[in-house]
Amino acid sequence: MRSIWRTLNRGVLTDIGLTCLAVFFIGLSYGAVAVASGFPLWVPAAQSVLVLAGASEFLFVGIVAAGGSPIAAALAGLLVNARHLPYGLALPPGVTGRGWRRLLGTHVMNDESVVFGLAQPDLLGKRAAYWACGLGVLVCWPGGAVLGGLIGSVVHDTNAFGLDAMFPAVILALIVKDLRDPRTRHAALAGAAIALAATPFLPAGLPVLLALAAVLLLARPARPARTVRPW
Amino acid sequence: MVKDGTLVMAGMATLAAGTYAFRSSGQLLRAKITFPPRAARLLEAAAVILLAALVATTALTEGHAFSGFARPAGVLVAGVLAWRKAPFLVVVLAAAAVTAVLRLAGVP
Repeated sequence: MRSIWRTLNRGVLTDIGLTCLAVFFIGLSYGAVAVASGFPLWVPAAQSVLVLAGASEFLFVGIVAAGGSPIAAALAGLLVNARHLPYGLALPPGVTGRGWRRLLGTHVMNDESVVFGLAQPDLLGKRAAYWACGLGVLVCWPGGAVLGGLIGSVVHDTNAFGLDAMFPAVILALIVKDLRDPRTRHAALAGAAIALAATPFLPAGLPVLLALAAVLLLARPARPARTVRPW
Repeated sequence: MVKDGTLVMAGMATLAAGTYAFRSSGQLLRAKITFPPRAARLLEAAAVILLAALVATTALTEGHAFSGFARPAGVLVAGVLAWRKAPFLVVVLAAAAVTAVLRLAGVP
């Protein structure tokens, strides 16, 4: 993986580093919330490594802490994580690696690594950015969760620090470049509107998947090839 | 206090295995089918749409209801800063700071 450092320019590497730092802080709030809701430290610690998908872990912890069954919480989390299937479709083959590396390359697929991967112009750059961000998150998310769990018994309300605003802000900052294209922006806004309208009625995760319907705005029907009609 | 450790572990294993299956099946499909360039671009746009929807729902909602004003206000400020090409760190810290200050001022 030495080539990562040679392939990516300093700007991209800085952005990846800062993203991982933000993920670390969100991890802090996750660990603190989990321990404050009565989980032993090993739950957020193990989950942050094995699941490695923040939103679903918050949801899992929230449902179980509220008295829900862990299996129901897992199914709800899976609904939230279903978006990783279209992520996998969006990444060109080869980005997640080949052979045994692919096992890890698949596991580090997350919102952040996918954005960085897609943003690079060529396959080499895509692979380097995807891996750098993916491995960074693999270190920072569990690291934050464990530290957050340790301080969780001291600090009870991490929301007071506005940490919950960081995740949407990170993702927004990462996709803002794509949103400068008017067609993508319109489709993204339509998708966001669909998800928001569906949120009061559907289980968590499903509204975000419904947003995919907005892709239809981009799939314009093929232009009529001939203007001259035979009659 | 959460008591049943075994059941929690089973739930965790289900979530971890299922999530890995989602991650891997999208990639397997992509490797099997050759997409024309236009379709590949649509797939990339689909990922951006998913992410935008994720931003909207995590900024504005908590469970099935409105999250209160503090968080979306922070994310909105972050969005404006990002649009104006402010450095990433400024964008993310602004989101947390605006939200924290609003909450300190009593905004839900």
